[in-house]
Amino acid sequence: MKPAAAALAVAMLALAACSGGGGGGERTVTIDVRHSRFSAAELRVRPGETVRFVLRNTDPIPHELIIGDQAVQDLHEDGTEAHHGDRPGEVSVAPGATAVTTYTFGRAGGTLLFGCHLPGHWAYGMRGEIRVG
Amino acid sequence: MRRTLTAILAGLAASVLGAGPALACGGLIGRNGSVNLVRTTTLAAWHDGVEHYVTSFKFAGAGGEFGSIIPLPDVPTEVVRGGDWTLQRLVKEITPPAPGALFARSANTEAGVAADVLLETRIDALDITVLRGGGQAVGEWATKNGFLLSPDTPEVLDFYARRSPIFLAARFDADAARQRGVALGDGTPVHITIPTPNPWVPLRILGVGRQANERIDADVFLLTDRRPTLLPGGAQGLRLDRSEPAGTRLMQDLRSDKGMGWMPESMWLTYLKVDALPGQLTYDLAVDATGAGNPSPEAAGLDVAGPTVAPAGGSGGGGGVPVLPVVVAGAVALAAVGGGVLVAARRR
Repeated sequence: MKPAAAALAVAMLALAACSGGGGGGERTVTIDVRHSRFSAAELRVRPGETVRFVLRNTDPIPHELIIGDQAVQDLHEDGTEAHHGDRPGEVSVAPGATAVTTYTFGRAGGTLLFGCHLPGHWAYGMRGEIRVG
Repeated sequence: MRRTLTAILAGLAASVLGAGPALACGGLIGRNGSVNLVRTTTLAAWHDGVEHYVTSFKFAGAGGEFGSIIPLPDVPTEVVRGGDWTLQRLVKEITPPAPGALFARSANTEAGVAADVLLETRIDALDITVLRGGGQAVGEWATKNGFLLSPDTPEVLDFYARRSPIFLAARFDADAARQRGVALGDGTPVHITIPTPNPWVPLRILGVGRQANERIDADVFLLTDRRPTLLPGGAQGLRLDRSEPAGTRLMQDLRSDKGMGWMPESMWLTYLKVDALPGQLTYDLAVDATGAGNPSPEAAGLDVAGPTVAPAGGSGGGGGVPVLPVVVAGAVALAAVGGGVLVAARRR
């Protein structure tokens, strides 16, 4: 199985395993980071859904999770913020640590991106898509 | 001197040229984000069960701190300043106007256990630390000590830690170097003495922090008591350029350098050229210097995926190939060794 396919499978499995069980409640999605790779390459969410993202970093280096459209990703790729955590959908995670961020997706469908913008990480492949719909 | 004793002198000169973006050139970055390393030269020598590993750091550019991490096959007994001309003499030789269980096993390799600091010393403007630990522990130690590791570093540290938990971290203080009068381009040679049943040259680590299309250019010198057997023998990106008895003049020149008096009267000279993209350099250089002709696939990084890797030194399975270049079947599975993980001491 190719890495991307494997990651997708893991992502879908994670979503299935962590769903809040309907009712419109917040559900939790866990994403692992190992060797500077997210365990998921693609996520699927429902319009208007609120998702609690748990980012588990098993690497000895810091990472981050930034959710947003291309403009948001571009901003962070060129940005200089050393730490994230105050804005929904943006969180930094220390080596070997776990961090949480919650994000409410818009009512409109479409595709957002998630990734890590520490130097070189996005280019290395630390990115993925979130399909809303 | 027993004929079965062999000695290997491996010199490795990795060129990291140009001032590209952060993490683009060997992953070695100054506090201002500029790339300061212009060239790293490494020499690994082995004789009578002892590896002599000499590496030289040459820096240019702005101040700040930056450094390198080098995987080692075992715990060194000594880390001192290297000789003054050994590496240069070997480079001159190849640009002539005229013609057992290999790895240390033990200790804190599991997750969640901090790296042990085995040795600390200072050589000129270099702060040297020898560490024992798994990839996670060594990476966390480096991060806590201000190194900015490139995103490919965790995987590469694990690649090496599965075989040997020993790493050497070198932090270069450019400001201190300037105060000492070190000029741009000057090198600081470091001589590491490591008892080990066979020599080994890490190569894969040379690709850490490189862009996918950035070529890795390095020279590897071996000096042995007899013609060695290498693995891989002819991998993509690794070319044998010379295999011959070392000349008397070369031996005299090397032996007269500081700390090189251990060299015997005669040795076999092998010179390999690394010219590869990071994606090609997935292996290390295993050497059988004993005459058995059986370099370890594990040492070459060809069989490090699983936890139950057979120890080196005999029934390696794949056997070795002659030092002459041989196309290795299934090259996609090659995993390579060598060099040093170059990291930076910079915070984002």
